[in-house]
Amino acid sequence: MQSTTENKKTTPTYTSSRNACKLCAPLGASVVFKGIEGCVPIIHGSQGCATYIRRYMISHYKEPVDIASSNFSETTTIYGGNRNFVEGINNVIKQYNPKVIGIATTCLAETIGEDVPGLIAEYKQANADNAELPVFIHASTPSYQGTHMDGFHEAVCSAVVALATKSEHTGTHLNLFPGFVSPADLRNLKEMLGDAGIEYVLLPDYSASLDNPFWKDYHLVPEGGTPVDRIRLTGSARGSIEFGTVLNKGALAGRIRNTNVLTTAGEWLESHCDVPNSRLLMPIGIDGTDRFVETLEKITGKKLTEKYSLQRGRLVDSYIDGHKYVFGKRAIVFGDEDMVLGITSFLREIGIIPVLIASGGESGFMKKELKEHVGDTGADTIVMNGTDFETVRELAETLKPDIIIGNSKGYYIARELGIPLIRAGFPIHDRVGGPRIEHLFYTGAQQLFDRIVNALLEYKQEHSPIGYKYM
Amino acid sequence: MSIILEERKNQVGRAGSSGEAIACGKASLAGSVSQRACVFCGSRVVLYPIADALHLIHGPIGCAAYTWDIRGSLSSGPELHRLSFSTDLREKDVIFGGAVKLSASLDELIELHHPKAAFVYSTCIVGVIGDDVEAVCKEMAAKKGIPVIPVQAPGFQGSKKDGYRIACESLFQLVGTQNRPTPKFSINILGDFNLAGELWILLEYYKRMGIYVNATITGDGRVDDICNAHNASLNVVQCSGSMMHLAKMMKEKYNVPFMRVSYFGIEDMSDALYEVANFFKSEELLNNARQIVKEELARLLPALAPYKEALTGKKAAIYVGGAFKAISLIKALRLIGIKTVIVGSQTGDKEDYQLIQQLCDEDTIIVDDSNPVELSAFVKEKKADLFIGGVKERPIAYKIGLGFCDHNHERKEALAGYEGMLNFAKEVYGTIMSPVWKFVR
Repeated sequence: MQSTTENKKTTPTYTSSRNACKLCAPLGASVVFKGIEGCVPIIHGSQGCATYIRRYMISHYKEPVDIASSNFSETTTIYGGNRNFVEGINNVIKQYNPKVIGIATTCLAETIGEDVPGLIAEYKQANADNAELPVFIHASTPSYQGTHMDGFHEAVCSAVVALATKSEHTGTHLNLFPGFVSPADLRNLKEMLGDAGIEYVLLPDYSASLDNPFWKDYHLVPEGGTPVDRIRLTGSARGSIEFGTVLNKGALAGRIRNTNVLTTAGEWLESHCDVPNSRLLMPIGIDGTDRFVETLEKITGKKLTEKYSLQRGRLVDSYIDGHKYVFGKRAIVFGDEDMVLGITSFLREIGIIPVLIASGGESGFMKKELKEHVGDTGADTIVMNGTDFETVRELAETLKPDIIIGNSKGYYIARELGIPLIRAGFPIHDRVGGPRIEHLFYTGAQQLFDRIVNALLEYKQEHSPIGYKYM
Repeated sequence: MSIILEERKNQVGRAGSSGEAIACGKASLAGSVSQRACVFCGSRVVLYPIADALHLIHGPIGCAAYTWDIRGSLSSGPELHRLSFSTDLREKDVIFGGAVKLSASLDELIELHHPKAAFVYSTCIVGVIGDDVEAVCKEMAAKKGIPVIPVQAPGFQGSKKDGYRIACESLFQLVGTQNRPTPKFSINILGDFNLAGELWILLEYYKRMGIYVNATITGDGRVDDICNAHNASLNVVQCSGSMMHLAKMMKEKYNVPFMRVSYFGIEDMSDALYEVANFFKSEELLNNARQIVKEELARLLPALAPYKEALTGKKAAIYVGGAFKAISLIKALRLIGIKTVIVGSQTGDKEDYQLIQQLCDEDTIIVDDSNPVELSAFVKEKKADLFIGGVKERPIAYKIGLGFCDHNHERKEALAGYEGMLNFAKEVYGTIMSPVWKFVR
């Protein structure tokens, strides 16, 4: 673990990771693949990788998450995964009849040097007479490079690289690459764009496929997801908007062999298809959302409907109603780098001090991004990249926070300190409704704000000797 | 589209006269969405509950992250097992070797937590890049004065079941290294992982019987107890799929006999107590066992009656890790009037499946190493009302409107023993009788 405490406070550093605040790259790629219409992911490696990732995602989404494995054996590892790859693809087609197969590699496959693009090409050639062959998307996701977030962005970029078609004629549509947000966030984004009559390609879009309604019969491949034809259109969009500013910069950490700067989908489209790219801080809170709305209106020339100015107005009104209860409170925020930065921006606008912001992501860019996008000098904020939960816990003992904000894995720290945890991001394994948590835009900020104020009020009420009936 | 892939056809069968033997013990088919995990997982879940040991996972972060606090195995003391430690290998470690990082990690973590022993799990790429994990462990054991045991569990070297075997071999390295005076009527409990405190229920029964429990392997496990395990008179093995190998090795080397039991359901729980009493050929123990069964049943049977009345005629599907547990579940379900229509397991063996074929009604579906495509089709065909399984089976059940009971790592209700049977009935009742189903049928 390369822990970078970007301030003067010294803490003991450890070689090992103690309660990781990150996941491995194939998980991120699997989430993206679930957000492509008709896609079944297959993880090229040992059986456990697929099963663990399924289990992890199922516990958050409370949805069926079918991910196949090429199921490496000892022989596969020595002689290569060719046979397992072909057999795996064949069986996935037989059982699922998918429109798309998303292939993510594991550390094992990458270490033994599997040439997945070569395997795909061979497979296509051998099955050239099959007109209904699925589309293949391959993301290289060894877990020894970066985190699940890097796997996520790699898969988004891979889908675009595989499918985007450059066109002489720029379309009226916009590309939106929202990053790793909740299905509810994706639904809100679609509604916002739909209300304004803005045409868009949203990638990934697991708003339905990872938050299905009840079915009477089992659906092998859930409905929803970005259609392949829409992904093709990303090459002719009038612009792209990416949420997040760190994105896949952490993937370079610990690298030796390949030190090429990776591109994101937005960057790739800009350089290969001349689609201008706008990169925004994850729009959490009023400032972030305002910037997004401005960008949206500038690129499309369309105005958001009154519904959104009313949402904003109500949010401002509630900020005023609740401001006294949050001002000066101390928060620890942890999770994925871009989510953490977005939440930090939101906390600053309501007067909460983010005393520690931490991520297992290893970009080393959080402090820089914080300064650039939040205008935060960071004097009262410890910024930690590449850290883990035990380090956060140890720091928390002296930081005396009032509240902790992040995924459910931080619950044990909140419990030890006897303070509230505001659950946000991924995963939420100890509650229902993780996929329905809203983070983005005015409504997401409204939800977060209400939850934070009420958690602080509840804490005060419960610790009051009398227990009061009015705020 | 095919529901059952050609290569898997002999792993699916039916109970009754026409039933052919179920093929099992095979590697999962590539592309089939097996519910199994890997070798590493097998070893990790078995060793996980040892609460005063350091569990360090040598590899990139995923394997450690996905097994952090994964089982609800409770400890009555230290809780070191609930932390997730990893060497978090990066690309440069993969190229230049991870041994230095492993050594430094062990050094600092042992210093920080003072464990009684350390287990070092080798994951997939460690097997490929060729770190000499054994040498590092040996060196660190000498330096720190505690056992540092390599668990060579690269995910690709077999199936989850092979991981169980590797875990047993790691445990066996501890057994026989300490000697403490151990009473005459002493047993080790093997294969209970103290999920939701189930072990503590069993300990209470054995205490009432007059049996001394020497080591619990691995639920609420302690390193010193495992080191002294060879001094018990008998190994009582539940979850035989995972622990039989250790019992056999202990029989061979230390001449500790073993017996296979199950603590789920009234019949199996009572049989376990009787068999242990019979082993010691003690009339006193047997009488005590009879007394326990009598007292517990006097309490339990009237309490179960209303559940049985409400649930009679309902149909259940079972898909669990080991088939031996499935057998107990079939019997336990029968006790509350529920018929089992599908039985499957990830790692069952031939004898288990034979027994299931005899035990179940004609035409019950029996399946080894199944997947969501098959399971969802089977429950539809059989019109099951209830699914008993683990986390990965839950969404299959819920999505198509079936009740579900978690009989796996994450359960929070104790299901073993007599009070466990009542909890089980309550949970099954709670899921089947919920009013929410009116919106889906």
